[in-house]
Amino acid sequence: MANTIHVDIVSAEGEIFSGPAEMVFVPAVMGDIGIAPRHAPLLTALRAGEVRVKTPGGEEQLFWIGGGGVEIQPKMVTVLADTAARARDLDEAAALSAKQRAEEMLRDRTGAMEVAEAQAELARAAAQLKAIEKLRKMKGG
Amino acid sequence: MAGAEIRSKIASIKSTQKITKAMEMVSASKMRRAQERMRAARPYAERIRKVIGHIRLANPEFRHPFLVEREVKSVGIIVISADRGLCGSLNINGFKSTLSLVRELQQQGKEAHVALIGTKAQQFFRRLKLPIVASTTHLGDKPHLSALLGLITAMLDMYREGRIDRLVMVSNTFVNTMTQRPEQRQLLPAETLDASELQERWDYIYEPTAAELIDGYMMRYIESQVYQGVVENMACEQAARMVAMKSATDNAGKLIDELQLIYNKARQASITKEISEIVGGAAAV
Repeated sequence: MANTIHVDIVSAEGEIFSGPAEMVFVPAVMGDIGIAPRHAPLLTALRAGEVRVKTPGGEEQLFWIGGGGVEIQPKMVTVLADTAARARDLDEAAALSAKQRAEEMLRDRTGAMEVAEAQAELARAAAQLKAIEKLRKMKGG
Repeated sequence: MAGAEIRSKIASIKSTQKITKAMEMVSASKMRRAQERMRAARPYAERIRKVIGHIRLANPEFRHPFLVEREVKSVGIIVISADRGLCGSLNINGFKSTLSLVRELQQQGKEAHVALIGTKAQQFFRRLKLPIVASTTHLGDKPHLSALLGLITAMLDMYREGRIDRLVMVSNTFVNTMTQRPEQRQLLPAETLDASELQERWDYIYEPTAAELIDGYMMRYIESQVYQGVVENMACEQAARMVAMKSATDNAGKLIDELQLIYNKARQASITKEISEIVGGAAAV
């Protein structure tokens, strides 16, 4: 198997692909690169785009990634894929909304019953109603 | 009438038992899936840790702010909890651990800022007078990293701006099905592999520069750590719920047995009474 290279595509949420390949193409930030076996060790960041894996059978597999990084060693390639499409300003927006959620939560600190408590109350009431109904049936019958 | 009351009580306990039994089985299967997710997330974090180790080794003069120890005046705490209850003392154990950390910090005159993951943490910490930086809830059974990014970014920004000098994550670790332990893990400044752990000694070609790359990798490393914490906490939640529901089912079974005995005795007593009345009546005639 001298003419193949081992490819792992992993994301924070799990493994996406693992297996041998004849050639791998990744969308690096400085331009797309093709990786053949015995490539020099290289570390680079990836843009959002397609990762193409040419398997030994000659077929091609496509994976979409939202960006990330790639680590290349002579016998192996590891694509560290981002699952979420992300950009700096997108993260900022998410951070802002997380902050807002916290603030909102603090604002109704004095709010009435919490939803969970209310739900428990409702469940108890429903159970009681059911019991009353049963009792009524028993008395009637 | 006493008989009918006991009967309805037995019926209601039986239906509760059915629910707890079902919840137990659901938790068992969800726990297995959460454990798989835990395992699946591991290689990513490991890879990144190695890559960061390589970059540091190759560029000893370069120091990323996430790696530098500084004097601690204020600490950020990410608290991970479940969204739902009925899982024994799992959540409260995590909160206790957090509170003891906060108290310790306050005694040393340090500030604590918290970021909350999960509904239960929200319900608990809203009553306290702690600055809450960010919160996120309702992650579902399959948590996605994207739901956590906002919260993590908010904490990392605070760290970069110097408003917190240390970032700690409190979550439960999965020891086994019966045991889950709350644990405090330091996220920042990050500990990475040192030179002795890396056997292979070569350097990469960097595109663009190592300095630019390490920032992206550091952020992803922290993110994956938090994600792992969430997934592990979820496995703990399901395990704890499974155990809690199992004991609830067992208790319901015991209660039913006892009530059944009381019911049978009452029934027997009323039959005996009736017979003796009939016999007494017949003797009188």
